[in-house]
Amino acid sequence: MRRVSLLDVHDLTVSLGGRALIENVGFSVARGERFGLIGESGSGKTMTALAIAGLLPAGAAASGQVLFDGTPMPRAEAALARFRGKRIGMVFQEPMTALNPLMRAGAQIAEAIALNRAEIHDHRSVIALLREVGLEPRHARRYPHQLSGGQRQRVMIAMALASEPDLLIADEPTSALDLVAQRTILELIAGICDRRGTALLFISHDLRAVAALCTRVMVIRGGRVIEEGLTPHVFGQPRHPYTQRLVAAARPDPRPPGARPTGETLLEVRRLTRRFSQPGPLLLPGAAFVAVSEVSFSLAAGESVGLVGPSGCGKTTLARMVVGLDRASAGDMVFDGTTHRGSDLPQALRRDLSLVFQDPFGSFDPRLTVGDSIAQPLRLLPALSEAERHRRLVDSVEVVGLSRDVLERLPHEFSGGQRQRLAIARALVTRPRLVVLDEPVSALDLSIRGEVLELLARLRVDFGLAYLLISHDLEIVGHVCDRVLVMDKGEIVEAGPPVELFAAPKHELTRALLDARLPPV
Amino acid sequence: MSGEPSAGRRFWHPSLVVGLAGAGFFVLLGLVSLVWTPYPIAAIDIAGRFAGPGPAHWLGTDIFGRDLLSLVMAGTMTSFLVAAAATAIGMAAGVPLGLAAASWGGPVEWLVLRLSDFLFAFPALIVAVLLSTLFGPGAANAMIAVGLFNIPVFARVARGGALGLRNRDFVAAARLAGLGHGAIAIRHLLPNIASLLIVQATIQLSLGILAEAGLSYVGLGTQPPATSLGLMLKDAQSLFLLHPWLAVVPGLAIVLIVVCLNLAGDGLSDHLDPRLRRLGAPRVAA
Repeated sequence: MRRVSLLDVHDLTVSLGGRALIENVGFSVARGERFGLIGESGSGKTMTALAIAGLLPAGAAASGQVLFDGTPMPRAEAALARFRGKRIGMVFQEPMTALNPLMRAGAQIAEAIALNRAEIHDHRSVIALLREVGLEPRHARRYPHQLSGGQRQRVMIAMALASEPDLLIADEPTSALDLVAQRTILELIAGICDRRGTALLFISHDLRAVAALCTRVMVIRGGRVIEEGLTPHVFGQPRHPYTQRLVAAARPDPRPPGARPTGETLLEVRRLTRRFSQPGPLLLPGAAFVAVSEVSFSLAAGESVGLVGPSGCGKTTLARMVVGLDRASAGDMVFDGTTHRGSDLPQALRRDLSLVFQDPFGSFDPRLTVGDSIAQPLRLLPALSEAERHRRLVDSVEVVGLSRDVLERLPHEFSGGQRQRLAIARALVTRPRLVVLDEPVSALDLSIRGEVLELLARLRVDFGLAYLLISHDLEIVGHVCDRVLVMDKGEIVEAGPPVELFAAPKHELTRALLDARLPPV
Repeated sequence: MSGEPSAGRRFWHPSLVVGLAGAGFFVLLGLVSLVWTPYPIAAIDIAGRFAGPGPAHWLGTDIFGRDLLSLVMAGTMTSFLVAAAATAIGMAAGVPLGLAAASWGGPVEWLVLRLSDFLFAFPALIVAVLLSTLFGPGAANAMIAVGLFNIPVFARVARGGALGLRNRDFVAAARLAGLGHGAIAIRHLLPNIASLLIVQATIQLSLGILAEAGLSYVGLGTQPPATSLGLMLKDAQSLFLLHPWLAVVPGLAIVLIVVCLNLAGDGLSDHLDPRLRRLGAPRVAA
């Protein structure tokens, strides 16, 4: 006897341009069930969600069957749109692009209500929805850019709930958010599903988020189902080697041995401040926005220092000043005995400093070969001969675990993890002494994160590098760093070795960050 | 819609094919006129004037008995030459200005924007009147007038494209590698906005042909005995009621050229649009 489930997917195959993106995927979600779909970038998990909602990109061909409440989805575009609006709510990964930047949050929620319920919406239900997602009525008057990432995602969820859907599809709803916001959004989704009895299809690469939320999970890879079952079974006794690898990657491994700092101060930051002018009313200059406020710290040669804080706390601004991309408004820095204020960093010192960017997709010029991009910083070492330059180039890609023939290829041919390795190769090509890592793994899949962090730890030992690692993830920082600085609203609020800091957090932000960690799978 | 395979990226956009083929045909026609025309364009044959299309004169003859096909060929050449030179002037001056504005920002950007506002305020016709008052009318002055008008157009397109790239990480990486603003503009920004500029150039080329026709029509462009499509229209104007054919031929040629160039520009922008290209890229399947 089969019970009728809310969503039944049979033999779903989607191909785009002759290439199959997902093949013979089948699963079912019962009413009120929380189902997790796990996969890495390119595994087809988003395509699966789009296929279910009938939102496949033009040109994609789908076959197979998607039954909703035992009946197939309508074929006609208008009927499908109406059906989707009423029964399915969707939350996407990037709330900034999913919201209309020119509409106030309240108006967008009201529109979602008006579109999906026949009766005329009233103000109260917008407020009720805002309350339900943990926002206040005043947030209805704000535009998307005036909300934080977590608040925007809450607005998205409120819009998805407007039609009182039976199924909520959440596609990586937290991967663009920092740790604290991630935790609260996950709790919010869990609470809503419990309260309303809504079924959830939760799509993520983050095993811990899925484990915290879902009762049943399915792992897909390369468009095929790898494993499916109850959460404790799949994560407790994974049968497939791929799942075993994923689970192993999600478990924090013991701290790799790091090089000991030599004690000699390499970088000293003294009361560094960066203000940005903002336009005020009537073309007058408004009050300056202080991104970094009188930050002081020092970093020894060979030391690895972590800088932790929520989104928008000024971490990246600080990093840009340290590497000489931005100029401090006040205060200064002493790097290797030379005082500077950022962009006036002497050319001769730039070879000793490098930066690894957060987004591996944006940090390479799409029109230059990888070799040309990596060779660029060698301009800072004009004394090198042509043969030496080539050696450096080959060395730097081999040291990050890639072969020398990648140098001739273009950036789009590489995956995110490979690009981040290439970005690290570029950062190392001048043999710097300090590498600033701006969220080096947050754009990567969980299973690759471990590899990249391991690589960073190894390189640090081999080359005696000092790291300034920026992250919102305490766990990563705890694994890589000798010392942690916690930053909030432009100021450093707490500092200390990770063991001490994690054992006895003093500042409330540190405590919040620690609390936001998801339980291990 | 959904039945069309988007693998069609490999095939060329239909309007691009039609547009390029049509524009290419007219360019070829013009180029041939440099070495050969059915009749010399200055050959006057009063006895054979106003002849209709026939085996001897495929498109007939005009008021002086000149062969209309030869005139159209030579006129197309002049029109294209003026429009292409004007586009080249616009690109040569506008693109560096736009890139400089985006790269340096601050006062440089302000200056470039005000300069382009200033140039925008003078339509090509006014500039042409000014130039011909000073230096006399002619094709060269038409080129300069239309070219000046093109400078702010290209400056804005280049600046807009470069602004979108300026905050990308690879530009920051280049700055960390010690490249100056100028080097970044040439090595990183220019190649990445090339497709935008090519599309804009196609559109400016068609506008240039219209502008040349307009200037010649009011007598500020090409001067006889040389000919251009606009000049042919002007000559045909007084005879329009008696011999409409004389106006239809150059008029139709202008329309066809402009339509083809616009189709090509449309097709090119679809063809080169990175948003469409990204459909096939693995990031969508993430």
